[in-house]
Amino acid sequence: MKFKDYYQALGVERGATADEIKKSYRKLAHKYHPDVSKDPAGEEKFKEVAEAYATLKDPEKRQAYDDLGRRPAGESFTPPPDWQQRFHTDEAGFEDVDLSDLFAAFGRAGHGPRPRKDPPRRGQDFEITAPVTLEQIFHGGEIEVRAELPEYDPSGLAHRVARTFRITIPKGAGDGYRLRLAGKGGPGHKGGPVGDLYVALALQPHPLYRPSGRDLYIDLPLTPWEAALGADVEIPTLAGSVTLKVKPGTQSGHKLRLARRGLTAKDGSIGDLYALVRIDVPATLSPAEHDLFVQLAALSGFNPRQHFKSGEPA
Amino acid sequence: MNTQFSEPAGQGDTRVCRIEYLAEVSGLSTDEIEDLVAIGLIAPADEAVRPPAFALCCVLTVKTARRLRDDFQLDRHGVALALTLVQRIRELQAELKALQARLG
Repeated sequence: MKFKDYYQALGVERGATADEIKKSYRKLAHKYHPDVSKDPAGEEKFKEVAEAYATLKDPEKRQAYDDLGRRPAGESFTPPPDWQQRFHTDEAGFEDVDLSDLFAAFGRAGHGPRPRKDPPRRGQDFEITAPVTLEQIFHGGEIEVRAELPEYDPSGLAHRVARTFRITIPKGAGDGYRLRLAGKGGPGHKGGPVGDLYVALALQPHPLYRPSGRDLYIDLPLTPWEAALGADVEIPTLAGSVTLKVKPGTQSGHKLRLARRGLTAKDGSIGDLYALVRIDVPATLSPAEHDLFVQLAALSGFNPRQHFKSGEPA
Repeated sequence: MNTQFSEPAGQGDTRVCRIEYLAEVSGLSTDEIEDLVAIGLIAPADEAVRPPAFALCCVLTVKTARRLRDDFQLDRHGVALALTLVQRIRELQAELKALQARLG
């Protein structure tokens, strides 16, 4: 089992009062809570903070934690022998146990008689996030999702068990889409039904495409002469390359539409792919290119800043 | 590690559940869930059906409400307000992302 420094997680001294611990928790919860934080690492940070607070806010758990002594965070250690008796386990029984799960079970194990009425309870639902690529969403098919989920032993102690699920991405799924795997959550208690597993799809950024609903956007860099004279250019799409006809006089910022080359929506309709025109100029010119541009500059009467003089919008 | 093959139910899942089920899986009371219904954060799948039935995806909303209640130690009004704001932020973030995609 790895040691975690709960005081460090909450940013308080070991001798902090209950009020100081509560104040620090509230401050950090506002900063890192995954439902309100902008910080991409907020969820992980909040888990640490919440875990630390769950133990330190309870005087009995805090005392037990303090009794473990002061160690560097991440150092492997074995809880004292009386803890093994408390949880009815041997030394190896703590190998796959997280310190937070140990403290969560602390109040349940070995504290007086269990309530006489112990009705069946539904197993826990779990929520995990699965990264998916645009290609996986476009083509559908199966993805593998790995998660470490707690499984409880008879004394109520959670053991982290690695599980892999192979799931099919439905058509129309996108970023934030949630899938429910019925009966893949925690086991029911005393014959209660098994919980569910919720998987939220997290779309990974793509080097070329930016999704906007079911539509996709791609930047289309053109040379000045392609934009001025028109050209046939190859555009990569998720279903293979297509040739796009760029009309003469195409301007920077123009949006060229390739119908039905986007993503499939939930209702089965297909989005479009938009190519956003950007005119790039060569960073360095060969002598011949330089001469041609000089000739063009001398010859052309084109003034894109004409409206500066007239005061009219371009 | 074992691999399990699962056919998931997505957000198009048409199955419904009762308010008692939402309370059981979220840990909220039925009164707290009724507050969320009253302000329109979740709605019955069919207004005409009695007792009201909710789409299973409402589980996620009530679980978020429970998280906010417990993690910020909120009362009933606080939960409803926080959840309203969280949902509004999510909508705005989605709009912002869509706009950023269009602008390049």
